Amino acid sequence: MKPIRRIVSASVVWPRSNIDTDQIIPARFLSTTERNGLGRYAFHDWRYRDDGSVNPDFVFNQPQNVGRSILVAGRNFGCGSSREHAPWALVDFGLRAVISAEIADIFRNNALKNGLLPVVLPAAVVDELLAHPDWSLELDVATRQLRLPDGRCYEFPLDEFQQVCLLDGVDELGYLLARTEAIQHFEENRNAC
Amino acid sequence: MTDSMPAVAAQPPRTLFDKLWDAHLVVAETTAAPALLYVDLHLIHEVTSPQAFAELAERGLTLRCPERTKGTLDHSTPTLPNAADGSVPYPHAAARAQVDRLRENAARCGVELFDLDSPARGIVHVIGPELGLTQPGMTIVCGDSHTSTHGAFGALAFGIGTSEVGHVLATQCLLQRKAKTLAITVAGELASGVSAKDLILHIIGQIGVNGGTGYVIEFRGATIRALPMEGRMTVCNMAIEAGARAGMIAPDQVTFDYLAGCPRAPKGAAFEAALARWKLLPSDPGAKFDRELQIDAGQVRPAVTWGTHPGTAMVIDGLVPEPQDAAQQRGIDYMRFSAGAGVLGEPVDVVFVGSCTNGRISDLREVARLLAGRKLHPRVRMLVVPGSAAVKRQAQAEGIDQIVRNAGGEWREPGCSMCIAMNGDLVLPGQLALSTSNRNFEGRQGPGARTMLVSPATAAASALAGCVADPRAYPDTTPTAAALAAEPVVGQTGALA
Ligand code: SF4
Repeated sequence: MKPIRRIVSASVVWPRSNIDTDQIIPARFLSTTERNGLGRYAFHDWRYRDDGSVNPDFVFNQPQNVGRSILVAGRNFGCGSSREHAPWALVDFGLRAVISAEIADIFRNNALKNGLLPVVLPAAVVDELLAHPDWSLELDVATRQLRLPDGRCYEFPLDEFQQVCLLDGVDELGYLLARTEAIQHFEENRNAC
Repeated sequence: MTDSMPAVAAQPPRTLFDKLWDAHLVVAETTAAPALLYVDLHLIHEVTSPQAFAELAERGLTLRCPERTKGTLDHSTPTLPNAADGSVPYPHAAARAQVDRLRENAARCGVELFDLDSPARGIVHVIGPELGLTQPGMTIVCGDSHTSTHGAFGALAFGIGTSEVGHVLATQCLLQRKAKTLAITVAGELASGVSAKDLILHIIGQIGVNGGTGYVIEFRGATIRALPMEGRMTVCNMAIEAGARAGMIAPDQVTFDYLAGCPRAPKGAAFEAALARWKLLPSDPGAKFDRELQIDAGQVRPAVTWGTHPGTAMVIDGLVPEPQDAAQQRGIDYMRFSAGAGVLGEPVDVVFVGSCTNGRISDLREVARLLAGRKLHPRVRMLVVPGSAAVKRQAQAEGIDQIVRNAGGEWREPGCSMCIAMNGDLVLPGQLALSTSNRNFEGRQGPGARTMLVSPATAAASALAGCVADPRAYPDTTPTAAALAAEPVVGQTGALA
């Protein structure tokens, strides 16, 4: 994984709560054996109308939002299925971070493995961000801080291990493989289960 | 104890989850690093596994323990019978490609696959338990969020992403932080006509779709103990819909009796030895949970959802609430309901009975009980999709397929089907579907599909009535074998009025 240290961008704000994985990438686009190129399906049924035309009302289709890499969303973002296609699609679509007052467990876990920074902040802070999409936000992984243009800083939770993985681009599978001896020891000594 | 004996530190009482966690700890967690947790059983299906196998192949890695991984084909597979020439009617080439890819990967890596011609095929969370692969005390994972189902056996079972599928294939381990524990104790009796599905919808309605985030839920109490295994699976299946990492129920005699008849469960002396271990699993008296909740089963009524997530569950004769925010308003609008109005009598287009939530034999029996000798409302398209080939065989042996067909419903081959609408079975835009599955997200059952989550009984009653109907309004016909074999009864629409 490529290291991520700092993300600076204005935000796309979508205050909807419970944005589930079927909204992020509808199940009919999971009929693939690939993980690349899924960005075209990100938020598909919101970006496009039933007749296939672009929905100009959807936040990501609004001209000022093009190229922005931080999404500020309502509560409980990413609930639903375990499909890693969700972060694959969002990263391919150009997002680097999602900020919400709450992010579903499995999505959060999958996001961290794919260079998408999940940022959980108090609801009051998120509400303020939702009201100010044009603020240039700075997310700093090393200090676990969100910096606002007026200088205010908010710390967000990030597990030490996940932080190191992001900063150094640690590959979790490589980390696990390096512990093969411990796994072998466990297998040889465990009580039957 | 005499003074000279060293004091043995009494182990503090542990929860079921604590015991499972401790028993699978390869490397303990520290603030700097998560734990390595060993995985006993890894289930895979065609949608979330191909990229994991590709990653291993790219890195020249092999499977650490191929015998601990079992594969099935369920999401992309058609539920229509094969064509006359034996070909499988895939909805599109991509679905076939996924199936073929899993076949190749399984064959190359030595993974047992329950293929389409296997008598043991079916939805991953239906076949694991019915084969007895799912056992108390195990850690079980799958690239699928409803892996929580297997927790009904006192296993620690949860969904993982595709990267983690690769981790398990290569190392049989996962990097994990220990979750918090939430005890949900259910007391009281479920009223007649009220099922495990209604109970779990009620619970999610109470705690919300994020009420369990960060927690492993242990469902406890007399009501849970009184549920048969299939009802327990329905409850644990939907733990993820409350955001929980996993749901679990301590194993007891009901669990042991169920497993005693399962083909892959231990046999003879091995079963007795396993039993001795399984009996040690339930949470110790006095074990501490991070959070505790009480639910009164007496309050549970047949449930339906009025919005676009499972947390919008309400009693079937309730009123759609006033929206609290824009998302709720959108949910009500999407469903074409009105705040303050009831949903009973809403015209229904499609009824789907199936999925890993309610595609088991007891669910189909419940549906057959209501359908026997009656006809579906002509407006309704009803699909009944057994959760597995074994469920299908059993149902056919009992004549349930005939009851469904005689009523005017479609009887299908096993698979996920309309639960996720990846295989060509889908609800059309704008149609209202009553579904025994677990997710009513926008577009889940097809673009523009409007889904209400219900129990099998509510699904069947509504299929007969042609509108959202209370199953308690239907008399219990409890068909006998003779009645099942009887000619279809014509002329009854099953309308409630
Ligand atoms: S039946 Fe539905 S929820 Fe269950 S595994 Fe299949 S798609 Fe997932």
